[in-house]
Amino acid sequence: MFRTARTYPGLGSEETPTQVVERIARSRARDRRRFRLTFIATWLILVGGLVAAIASTDRVKAEFMAEWAPFILGGVSITIFVSVFSIIFATMFAVVGALGRLSTKAPIYAAATLYVSMVRGTPLIVQLIFWYLALPQFGIVLPGIVCGIFGLAFNYGAYMTEIFRAGIQAIPRGQIEAAAALGMTERLTMRRIVLPQATRIVIPAIGNEFIAMIKDSALVAYVGIQETYWRASTTGSRSFRTFETLLIAALIYWVLTIVFSVAQERIERRLRESDVRI
Amino acid sequence: MSATDGPAFTPLLPVPGLDAPDAVSLRDPYASPGLLTPDGARPIVKVLGLEKFFGSNHVLRGCTLEVYPSETICLIGKSGSGKSTLLRCTNFLEEPTMGAIEVGGIRVDADPLNPRSRAHREQIRQIRLGAQMVFQEFNLFPHLRVIDNLIEAPIRVKGLGRDEAIAIAEKFLQKVGLTDKRDEFPSRLSGGQKQRVAIARALTMEPKVLLFDEPTSALDPTLVGEVLVVMEELAHEGATMIVVTHEMAFAREAADRVYFIDAGRFVEVGPPEQVIDAPQDPRTRDFLARTHGTGAHVHPSAAIPPPALDPLRVQAGIAQPGLAVPPVLEERDDT
Repeated sequence: MFRTARTYPGLGSEETPTQVVERIARSRARDRRRFRLTFIATWLILVGGLVAAIASTDRVKAEFMAEWAPFILGGVSITIFVSVFSIIFATMFAVVGALGRLSTKAPIYAAATLYVSMVRGTPLIVQLIFWYLALPQFGIVLPGIVCGIFGLAFNYGAYMTEIFRAGIQAIPRGQIEAAAALGMTERLTMRRIVLPQATRIVIPAIGNEFIAMIKDSALVAYVGIQETYWRASTTGSRSFRTFETLLIAALIYWVLTIVFSVAQERIERRLRESDVRI
Repeated sequence: MSATDGPAFTPLLPVPGLDAPDAVSLRDPYASPGLLTPDGARPIVKVLGLEKFFGSNHVLRGCTLEVYPSETICLIGKSGSGKSTLLRCTNFLEEPTMGAIEVGGIRVDADPLNPRSRAHREQIRQIRLGAQMVFQEFNLFPHLRVIDNLIEAPIRVKGLGRDEAIAIAEKFLQKVGLTDKRDEFPSRLSGGQKQRVAIARALTMEPKVLLFDEPTSALDPTLVGEVLVVMEELAHEGATMIVVTHEMAFAREAADRVYFIDAGRFVEVGPPEQVIDAPQDPRTRDFLARTHGTGAHVHPSAAIPPPALDPLRVQAGIAQPGLAVPPVLEERDDT
């Protein structure tokens, strides 16, 4: 080890610089450990206190929860199914919407702007019910699952349009000039040069939208899809035990968002560390 | 070749001879010294009476030049003199306000007002295919590996097969000495390596002329050499090149003709020994003195005359431009 005769009279010790550095590192690590432990303890106290308070009222039946938990859990796969397909279609809407919002042709720009404005200006639940219950008045009857996935995608697509527009605009002008100088047409440039780079930029934002969508997918219960929330509310209201079933549903959504948040962080880190940098 | 100022600019003046391109190659619409016609050779690039406005800023004032096969042309001048704009107009990355461009027999007239028709855009694309550009900032595609950067346009634009494109790409990658970087992403390359890849990418399109837009200006000084070596090699092998550069040593070594451009006009044109080493026009001399790139008989300090003392300012003790400290000539009474 590196050793020196120098001492620090102010500290009144015979420590070498290396030892001082090690002591600082130990102290920092101890602080970090203490913070983490306090964090966990606080959560346990808050959540445990809440559980204890609820249990002490004797109004909640644990057996009922145990009985219906498997049925409600069965909705998770449908929730994920709806969310995954909705985010895929929403991305497609968003790409088309973003290209429209960036178009120099007035009708295309107007149509894209109308789409974004209309969708963002109306509640998601109104849109979903519209596809499911209002369209049949014109003889267009869509199955619930189609209404649910399409409705969510149509709505999220409008919000994600702005994300993609920003992503496309973030591509440096030089990239487009280089493609043009190579003789690429505007369409080819967009498809081969701009969009692939823009997609990498917006992937974290799409992850956020996906997590939001998992929660908003509860609304497709109103178009007759028997996913997590539908199962919780139906079984709950039938036996007047809504608290128990909603608690289960809430926990499921919470765990799902935590899991996907962690996954998203991993993907983001991998993107940051990858060779491909803008 | 002597310097000329050209006539005072009148924007609405029709450029004479533009309807008869063969005639215009023999005479200069703005009496610019741009046209030198070697016997019998047909120019690969013609820039005819080019005018460019950015808003009300008149950047190019009637530039005309021709480039013949295997020639290397260097455009030099102060920043803001219009040399980069001229180059970017040549492949329509900037739309010229007036004038015409001809590359490899394809002639496109400036048409900044009308929305471009499909046919017009296709013509511009043909010009770009013939005139490949190397940018100051490299502009490699960061999401593609080096080899994919090189084969993207040959496959998608020229319609080559993948194997054929790869063979061509590898040939040029070897030429710029980067065969071992074939499968790297651009972010892993140094600036000099990036620019050499960019040159290889331009070469894979097998253009009639290469346009270099200050190719070494964004580089660390230690990396400039490797790029200039490649460019000099190309010049000596007979590539046709138009180079906007501040590297006077390169211009002296590789250029067949040097164009000095000032305020949007060609001021002095000729072989490098003449323009760089024995400039006639005071503006050229001044520029070369400032860039220290000259063997001319102008000492840098001579080009910038010492600021004359303004007696009124001296009396008032006011700072003068070019003088760090206001000179105090005598004590004054502050009354």
